[in-house]
This record gives sequence, C-alpha cells and structure tokens, in this order.
Amino acid sequence: MWSYFARRLLIGIPTLLAVVLFCFFLMRLAPGGPFDGEAPVPPEVLANLRARYHLDDPLWRQFFSYLGNLLQGDFGPSFKYKDFTVTELIAQGLPVSIENGLSAIILAILIGLPLGITAALAQNSARDYAVSGLAMVGIVIPTFVTGQLLILAFGVWLKGTPFQLPAGGWNDGAFLNRILPVTVLALPFVAYIARISRASMIEALRTNFVRTARAKGLPYRTVVLRHAMKAALTPVITFLGPATAFLLTGSMVIETIFQIPGIGRYFVQGALNRDYTLVMGVTIVGAAFVIVANLIVDMLYAVLDPKVRYE
Amino acid sequence: MTSAHAAALDTAGDVEGRSLWQDAWRRLKRNRAALASMIILGVVAAVCLIGPYTLPWPYDAIDWDHVEAMPPNMELGHYLGTDSVGRDLLARTLVGGRVSLMVGVLATMVALFIGVTVGAVAGFVGGRVDQLLMRLVDLLYSVPLTFFVIILMVMFGRNFILMFLAIGAVEWLTMARIVRGQTLSLKSKEFIEAARASGGSTAGIILRHVVPNVLGVVIVYVTLTIPQVILLESFLSFLGLGVQEPFTSWGVLLNEGAAELEVNPQTLIVPAVFMTATLFCFNFLGDGLRDALDPKDR
Repeated sequence: MWSYFARRLLIGIPTLLAVVLFCFFLMRLAPGGPFDGEAPVPPEVLANLRARYHLDDPLWRQFFSYLGNLLQGDFGPSFKYKDFTVTELIAQGLPVSIENGLSAIILAILIGLPLGITAALAQNSARDYAVSGLAMVGIVIPTFVTGQLLILAFGVWLKGTPFQLPAGGWNDGAFLNRILPVTVLALPFVAYIARISRASMIEALRTNFVRTARAKGLPYRTVVLRHAMKAALTPVITFLGPATAFLLTGSMVIETIFQIPGIGRYFVQGALNRDYTLVMGVTIVGAAFVIVANLIVDMLYAVLDPKVRYE
Repeated sequence: MTSAHAAALDTAGDVEGRSLWQDAWRRLKRNRAALASMIILGVVAAVCLIGPYTLPWPYDAIDWDHVEAMPPNMELGHYLGTDSVGRDLLARTLVGGRVSLMVGVLATMVALFIGVTVGAVAGFVGGRVDQLLMRLVDLLYSVPLTFFVIILMVMFGRNFILMFLAIGAVEWLTMARIVRGQTLSLKSKEFIEAARASGGSTAGIILRHVVPNVLGVVIVYVTLTIPQVILLESFLSFLGLGVQEPFTSWGVLLNEGAAELEVNPQTLIVPAVFMTATLFCFNFLGDGLRDALDPKDR
C-alpha cells in the first residue's frame, strides 16, 4: 500500500514539471515582451536589460534558472503590480482562496450528501424528484448569475432588515462578508454531490451485501448507515479530486463578483492585464493544488475501498 | 394445412426487424421531458438562426431615441426592450445565442474528434499505446485546464476559432475514457474477429466497425458536453476573456446584464432565460438519450 502511495506521488512530480514546462514555453511564445513600452527603449538600454534578465541565454538555460527560482519559491516580478513579486501576491491571495474553497466544500458535503441519500432512500418519490430537479438547477444556472441575484436580494432588497448582508468586499474576512461568496461557490457542488450520492446510494442498496445484511435481520437504519453508506461514499470522494479544479475556476468568478483578494481574482486581473508572470505563477500553484488534492483523494479511496489493487 | 403454414411464414416475413436506432427512437419518444427538450432546442436554434433577419432592429444598431434601457415596446419594434446603450435586447440575445450555440457545437465536435480517436485507438490497439494514451488522459485530468484555455486566449488574442479549439482541446478527456471502455468490450465480439479474419486493416476496422458501434454512447455524451461548453464559454465571456464586442454571446449579455441588474433587470433576465432553458433542455435530452441508448441499462 505504501509503495502504491509513493508511486502516485512520483507521478505527481512529472505532471507538475510538465505544467511548468508548458507554462514557460507558452510565456516565451506569447507576442510582445516585458520591455515593449509605449516609448521605444534605446537599443543599448534594451541590450543591457536583456542581459540583466538573462534573456539572451539559450532557452534551456533560462528554463532551468526559472525552475531553480521556482524551487526556492520565487515566481519572479509581477509585470503589472511593480511593487510586488508574484510570490508576495500569491502568498496574500492563497490563504483567502483556500479558506473559502474549504468552507464551500464542507458546506456542500453537509447539504448535498443528506439530500442525495434521502432522495435515494425514497426513489421516484416527490422528494426524489425535488432533489433531482434542484440539482439540475444548481448545475445549469451559472454561479455568476446566482451570485448577482443573491447580492441583489440580500444586499439591496433586504437592506435595513436583519437579513441584510454585505454585497461585496472582504473586510479582512469578517464572517458576514463570507456568507454570500461561500454559499454561491458551494451551490454547484451541492448539486453535484447530491446527484452523485443519490446515484451511488441507489446502486449500493441493490448490492448483494446489503441484501445479506437485511436478510440477517439488521435494522434498516444500520444497513443504510453502516453498510450501504460506505459503498455510496466512494464516488463522492472520487469527485472531490476534480472538484478542486472546478473550485479554482469557481473562485475566479466569486472573487471577481464579490471583490475578494484571492488568487482567482489575481489570475483574472493578471489575464486581463497580460501580466504573464502572475498568470503563470497562479497556474502553477493551482496545478500543484489540484495534483495534491487528487493524490489525497486516491489515498482516501485506497483506504476506503478494499477493491482497489496496488499494482 | 401446408398453405396455412406458408401463409403464416409469409406474414412472419413481413414483420420488420427493428434496428438499434429505431428501438432507441421509440424509447426516446416515450420520454416526454426529452421529447419536449428536443422540440424546444430545435425552436431555440431556429429562432437564433433566422430570428435576427426578421427583427426590425439589427443587434449592433443603437436606437438613439431610447439609449437608456427601455421596457418592451411593441410599436417601436423593441419586443423585449433595449439594453443600457439602446440596442435591441431580443436581437442581441438571438445573435448571442447563435454564437453560444455555435461555440458549444463546434467545440464539442473538436472534443468528439479527439476523444473518439484517442479512445478507439487506445481501446482497440491496447498494450503500450493504451497505457501511454490513458496515462496522458490521467495526467491531463489532474491539471486545471480552464487556466490553460484562459492563458491561450490571453496570449494569442481572443478570437473565435481559438476559443472553440481551446475549449474542445480541454473537453475530450471524458469522451476518450468512455469510448475506450466501449471499444474494449467490442474488441472481443465476433464481427470484429470476422473483419480481422477477412484481412481488414486496424485503421479500417476502427473506422468501419468500432466507431459506428460506439456512436450511441458518444451521442449521449455529446448532448451532455454541449451545455458544459456553453457554460464554460459564458464563464470566459463573463470574466471579459471570451467573445469581444461588437460580437456578443449569452455570457457577454449576462455580464452586461448583471452589471445593471438593479436598474434594468430585463437585461439580465432575457438572456438568462434563453440560456438556462437551453442548458436545461440539453441536460434533459442527454439523460433521455442515455436511457434510450445506453446498453448498460437494458
């Protein structure tokens, strides 16, 4: 089992390297350079600048020096925010995004799982159809629409009532400022988790081991909670790996709508400003996150599901 | 006796066999939600394609007398009102729908092409090739690909062709996995063996025998991918990284509408209704097709 984990970890490293490589060469392919300002730079100055930033070195050497810097946590300077390095911007934004993402995932599990399971227990009932319908709504309506509607409802229409919530801004992470963004971020995940857990629970209830458990006289409650639940949970856990990638894209939207200083917003700003180093930095950090999340999910999966083989 | 027997045989000969597709079509017709979705999608597509030509206002013309968003007005020809700069909202929504649907369909076709090729080759050839291709798919799965779509859009300009190529290049992974699974189960069937025994080449067998037989599953997945692509496009456009003015798409319209939701709710509501209705229909149709076509549930 441990060698399986070790091998999974070893696959993660080349994946991340491939991402870095791809990013680096894309950055070099991009039209325009950092010194193409509005006023042309004199050729001698340009030559000095290029020498200063090692832009005349062969490409492979530039790549390895970039890689070396990355390993030391140096993502280079931001082209747009001249007073900050990309590392500083990411260090500021990452904790905010992680906090929101984790809260959203936990919220989604707390709401989505009971919804899906209870729907599965009463398959084809009104309750089941209601959950399936809600899940479809959660998947189909984009977060930027639900986000704006919630802002309008809680920030404008309910203004002056006790239900009023801040319509945006971060306010150093005050609890009230977090409610709307985390809810909006969680909505699609509630829908996906409800859908997945419903389907897997229905399947689990039809298995032989559940029938056996019922046949030997265990109470229905125990059978569902102890036996079927474990089998029903594995697809949900599998989903949590790719979910981190969705979470990253989701954070771009909610951080833009609610003006939250997280890495998603930096990524969007960086993309709009053509701030290549910032965009690359966020992409690499994001990829590292998704890879680590998938690794953790694989491990959880191996622990939970005895059918997983470790070759 | 013998003549009666012959007559019975005769009528037996008249009973037509039902093909897989006829069977699926019958099952699909019984599913009301899927059938209704198909009709609505047809209507939306037709209206988006033809509608703009029949409207009194073009999508990019500014009605200078009604620059502020105006509620629907039948006499002036603004059937659903205007947006904040006085352009006809219905015309914009229809033209935007054209772009969104086009990106959805074209990007899905790109994903379909890559996914079916990779999946069928990996499943059919097997061995090293299969290992290599599927590890590649695993690797790409664990990378936030939306980021790369955005990077490509930023670096090489936000043009339409690049957008659907990039989205298509991102959405093929699941398709490849599904097609590979199907191909694996087809590989050991007798008709493939027969084709091979009669000297068919690998490429020929994949094209003539494998691909047509995975089409059912592929169609299901195509119907479920199109709404995802439309959603991704609208997300990019919402962030200002997708379709650019004067072109428009549902994402762009939602972005504009969201900005002035308080003052002119109709600028958000009209495109939102069109888009969510389309996405709902694709999802219902996809689920219906899955019930009708998926061999697993038979």
